[in-house]
Amino acid sequence: MTGPSASVAALRAAFGAAVERDDLICGDAIVWVAAARAHDILTWLRDTPGQEYNYLVDVTAVDYRDPEHPLEVVYQLRALDRAEDLRVKVSLQQSAPLVVDSVVDLWRGADWLEREVFDMFGVSFHGHPDLRRILMWESYNEGHPLRKSFPLRGHYTRAEQTRQALGITPEANYSMEELSIAQAYNDLPKDMQERLEASGRLEGA
Amino acid sequence: MSTRTVEMALATPSIDASGRATRTPLRVPIPGQDLPAETMMVNIGPQHPATHGVLRLVLELDGETVLRCIPHVGYLHSGFEKLGEYRHYNQIIPLTDRTDYLSPMANNVALALAAEKLMGIEITERCKVLRVIACEMSRIISHLVWLGTTGIDLGAFTPFLWSFQERERIYNLQEMWTGARLTTSVSRVGGMMADIPEGFEAGLRDFCATFPDTLREVDTMFTRNAIWIGRTQGVGVMTAEEAINYSLSGPMLRASGVAWDMRKDKPYLDYESYDFDVPVGEHGDIYDRYLVRLEEMHQSTRILSQALDRLKPGPINVADPRVILPPKSRAMSDMEAMIFHFKQVMEGIDAPPGEAYFGVENPKGELGTYFVSDGTAKPVRWRIRPPSFINLAALPKMCTGALLSDVIAINASVDIVMGEIDR
Repeated sequence: MTGPSASVAALRAAFGAAVERDDLICGDAIVWVAAARAHDILTWLRDTPGQEYNYLVDVTAVDYRDPEHPLEVVYQLRALDRAEDLRVKVSLQQSAPLVVDSVVDLWRGADWLEREVFDMFGVSFHGHPDLRRILMWESYNEGHPLRKSFPLRGHYTRAEQTRQALGITPEANYSMEELSIAQAYNDLPKDMQERLEASGRLEGA
Repeated sequence: MSTRTVEMALATPSIDASGRATRTPLRVPIPGQDLPAETMMVNIGPQHPATHGVLRLVLELDGETVLRCIPHVGYLHSGFEKLGEYRHYNQIIPLTDRTDYLSPMANNVALALAAEKLMGIEITERCKVLRVIACEMSRIISHLVWLGTTGIDLGAFTPFLWSFQERERIYNLQEMWTGARLTTSVSRVGGMMADIPEGFEAGLRDFCATFPDTLREVDTMFTRNAIWIGRTQGVGVMTAEEAINYSLSGPMLRASGVAWDMRKDKPYLDYESYDFDVPVGEHGDIYDRYLVRLEEMHQSTRILSQALDRLKPGPINVADPRVILPPKSRAMSDMEAMIFHFKQVMEGIDAPPGEAYFGVENPKGELGTYFVSDGTAKPVRWRIRPPSFINLAALPKMCTGALLSDVIAINASVDIVMGEIDR
């Protein structure tokens, strides 16, 4: 065995039951791992000599049309020296909270990618330094657009969407980091005010 | 700390014999004792010509030094990935025109390649060559926009006119081929929308013969220009380790000294059989990114010439009536062809259950297309790995500690296109 399949075999030897299953689909090696051990496994894949998947190509998620099917977080890894790709998937049951450990400490490139998955799918990344919406705005409250439960045109009617858009306070779109400078505290939604107080960034406001 | 060292690139705008900028670090005293440290917030964009689209940057400044840079994206979010889940594979192709709208043909090809990988379709020889031509033409026009706009951002107007003049010639060829300048939709799953028309080959050969002259003029204008060197060398540096850790790709990664090019390292469309070089920088600064992109245009011209030489007559589409629409005349006269036509238009092409990731070397970096299929004609998930989104994520890292004027140069050097970042 060579290539990604060898990595899968080595993973099984090192992590046992945390490696749930593996497959080769359209020539791509895929391995499903337990959410609790995902961070350990990704660290191992990055740092172990002989594996050295040092490049994070992509982080994304897949929500299936079957509502019983778990949502999957997908890490696309690459070993640049060997030009080998490995896809690591973490299944998250829809009934439980969607949480997985952040890999920003391993790859800084995961920062915006994980924010996008959080924004679009509602998956929380434990340990992410700055987990907030990225493509949608901070006060967007219709849910997570790429979930299958989200209708193509959104939950609200066009009239309601227009009403909300016209009622927006521009300052409310400022991120928490800027607020310490922008001093728009009083215009914020209540939950953001609480988060801001907890973050200790309020001095001077 | 009562003083700090500010490296001011423009303090001594001169170059030494080897063409590198000579710099004198200035010691700037800070009256820290009698003034409280007061920072200033500056908002750039979303409507600002130097942000290359609707990008908003919030900067916290100490004097002219950037302490924090917080980018805001999403102003152009159109939900392409969501829309794709409601469309047949061929119907997604027009959406790809609108992601990276500076290189639409390369996006079309990337999507078709991913769908073909998912469905296990082998495309014809002529189709491969035509797709290489489409990709390399896109690379040239995308880099030309980058060159022109970056020049303007740094105060050089002339190269902008030169590059847009050359770009116009490619746009004319694209219009000849597809009837559209921007919304090309040139590829189809299993083939191409159309074969190249008469006169296209001659036009492209003429372009390949004369385009390097323009590049040489740009070279004389920029490469040893004291102002250009002063604004770009040593600014926005990413080391090789950082570039890998930040998942940079394309010219951004190669300028940092990592010799990774999908065309060489994970070849597709028979790129391994073309003779071309991959330029690699060593300093990871804006100047190296400029050199890498300039040389890539030369190399793309080389590839285009070779592709034209090996363009042999033959079919452009696979001979599979379930995938490729029959000619209109047959669909109107032949019962079987009409059924295939009807089924394809109404029901689309069923992909087998499974998933496929296909990465191609787009002008901005690695454009990945990730399809998940449940066996129907519409994907469960269509994911675009957007190269300029991931490259832009390194902007705060590159801008922190730089001067305000450097932010414009660094942002330009990333080569972003908001259609792809916001999708």
